[in-house]
Amino acid sequence: MKIEALFLLFLGVFFGVVGLVYWFWSYEDAGGMMLLGTSLLGFVPGSYYMFWHRRMGKRLEDRDDASIAEGAGVINSFPGSSIWPFVLGMGAFLSVLALVFGMWLIFLGVPLILGAAAGVTAESRRGGHV
Amino acid sequence: MTDVIAPPSVATEETATELTLPPQVPGHGIDEGHSGGHEDHGPSGILKWLTSTDHKVIGLSYMITSLVMFYLAGIMALLIRLQLSSPHSSLLTFGQFNQLFTMHGSLMLYLFAGPFAFGGLANFIVPLQIGAPDMAFPRLNALSYWLYLTGSITMMMGFLVAGGAASFGWVAYTPLASSTSSPGAGGDLWIMALALTGFSAIFTGVNLVGTIFYLRAPGMTMFRMPVFTWNMLVTGILILIAFPVLTSALIMLFCDRHFSTHIYTAVGCHLVSGAPYSGCGSPLLWQNLFWFFGHPEVYILALPFFGIVTEVLPVFSRKPVFGYKGMVFATMAIAALSTGVWAHHMFTTGAVLLPFFSLLSLLIAVPTGIKFFNWIGTMWHGQLQFSTAMLFSIGFLFAFLMGGVTGIMLAAPPLDFAVHDTYFVVAHFHQVLFGTAVMGGFAGLYYWYPKMFGRMLRENLGKWHFWLLFIGFWVTFMPQYIVGLLGMPRRVASYPSNLGWQSYNIVSTVGAFMIGVSFFILLVNFVVSWRNPIPAGDNPWDAHTLEWFTTSPPPHHNYTHLPPIRSERPTWDYNHPNDLTVPHGKTARLKKEKVPVG
Repeated sequence: MKIEALFLLFLGVFFGVVGLVYWFWSYEDAGGMMLLGTSLLGFVPGSYYMFWHRRMGKRLEDRDDASIAEGAGVINSFPGSSIWPFVLGMGAFLSVLALVFGMWLIFLGVPLILGAAAGVTAESRRGGHV
Repeated sequence: MTDVIAPPSVATEETATELTLPPQVPGHGIDEGHSGGHEDHGPSGILKWLTSTDHKVIGLSYMITSLVMFYLAGIMALLIRLQLSSPHSSLLTFGQFNQLFTMHGSLMLYLFAGPFAFGGLANFIVPLQIGAPDMAFPRLNALSYWLYLTGSITMMMGFLVAGGAASFGWVAYTPLASSTSSPGAGGDLWIMALALTGFSAIFTGVNLVGTIFYLRAPGMTMFRMPVFTWNMLVTGILILIAFPVLTSALIMLFCDRHFSTHIYTAVGCHLVSGAPYSGCGSPLLWQNLFWFFGHPEVYILALPFFGIVTEVLPVFSRKPVFGYKGMVFATMAIAALSTGVWAHHMFTTGAVLLPFFSLLSLLIAVPTGIKFFNWIGTMWHGQLQFSTAMLFSIGFLFAFLMGGVTGIMLAAPPLDFAVHDTYFVVAHFHQVLFGTAVMGGFAGLYYWYPKMFGRMLRENLGKWHFWLLFIGFWVTFMPQYIVGLLGMPRRVASYPSNLGWQSYNIVSTVGAFMIGVSFFILLVNFVVSWRNPIPAGDNPWDAHTLEWFTTSPPPHHNYTHLPPIRSERPTWDYNHPNDLTVPHGKTARLKKEKVPVG
């Protein structure tokens, strides 16, 4: 995870330096703030990854000499299929249309969003799907 | 949720599956891994497309939807070109013309080029290239697609409402995009469509980064990843930098239009202790926020296609990519610099730091030059095979070079002042974006189509497609440079007939129709491929990277077996044990060892 961490930390350093140069050269608020935010976007996850790299050491995918056989076993849990992303997407669709065509649509959109949130949570807990 | 300790090909889909990593292929020779792909995996038919969380199905959904958007935007472009082929054409009203150029740009940039690359190709290819069974967050991935689809529908709904679709340009500058200047539901639908697709892109960015960081196969180190995957990682980071800014800026624009917030208007200004603009909004704030998204967006659209070309050129040159690490670091440099150059789109406002933005813009030429050097180095002394994918990649090099050179010109403020908002700029960004997204994108489509569908596209039709497109591309856009230098402004539906602009516009229109015909040939190619399929086999190009190791199309969860991964070309190494890839940085030392002593 070291390369990943360094990659993000480089991002933080680069935008930190560029942001400082930009701010002291222009005193322009919007750009300075966005560059600072971008710098944090690199530093925060980069530091997190570096922390875990130091605790975990090299993973199989970080080692040049790792074999596929060493990684045998469970990788992760993946859903087979699920209707809830579709339901959630439709809920979001109707909700944004409500802002354009009338708030009555929100009564269709929000229940779909809440239903999808509940459905996906239940699905994750019991491991099943529709 | 049960632990199933078995290869994915035998795991049940009735419950969420605990995936296991497939075993390594035992030695070279018999390919035991090429047998999966035909099991029953959940719903079929329309329900499969509605409920699938498989990255391949979602990737194909993205590609099909984005290609529909591409064709719609192309038809709009042809109508625009027809209108401009005569000075005072009555084909379109001024209002219709404004709607068409706004929607053409919006569809091409927001709904085709980006989603085709990071939603379609990356979704399908990246997990395969790193030996992963799926994206890291499959349900989030599915949600991304549904937000993208509904965002696309929302934008197109603009044509159905009173007042028509948005007509303030794809950049929606304020105060033109305010409710006073652009009233009606069309503008609101445009804003909401981009909010939906903005969230879709952010979720996809999270998924790409998470997948690449956490789901690589053992031995697939960062510097063994294919360059396409590297570019998609950098694109994912750029998405996470740029899209939240756009989405929040759009919400503020909506508030300005409906809740009188005046974030982007100077209404309500008052003098406070000598600060004349204290306490009021600013139209320039929109430009700053928009272009802080907009310029990285150019590279969000370009980097994936750089990656595609970097996959295609080595395969059809029968060589490894030249300067692998140089390519990776150049990608990072381009991405980093592109985030610091947003205000070069605002030179003529007189309110930006010209030397800062000019310098950073010019610096982008350095890593881009490294990429060109390496692409040419990859082909140099290679055994070139001019397949359709290779032709599109070479076409990309020419097109993007021209767009890049004129980009360097525009990075110089004095030149930018002279040609700003003329057709010179239109020609420049079409050469950049058409050169990358279309040339590079269709290189990728022809290259990976056999992997996606297990059948070939016809090469002869593909070459007709390429040559008509390539010639049409130059015929369309080169006259626009000239007419721009002559002073023709962009976004006009009519122009004076005595300025000598019409002949250039006629040539440009002819070129646009050549491009249109070329894409009709692509449709014919799809139909022929489906009616009379030619089986592709697993690796029809004798390609290098991991995705070509599995079946065409790949099985559910991608692999039943994986080869050893000892370089960025594991499939090549597996198929050519006597021509193993030399590890990075070892070339010189190995050659030295081969020199006989004494």
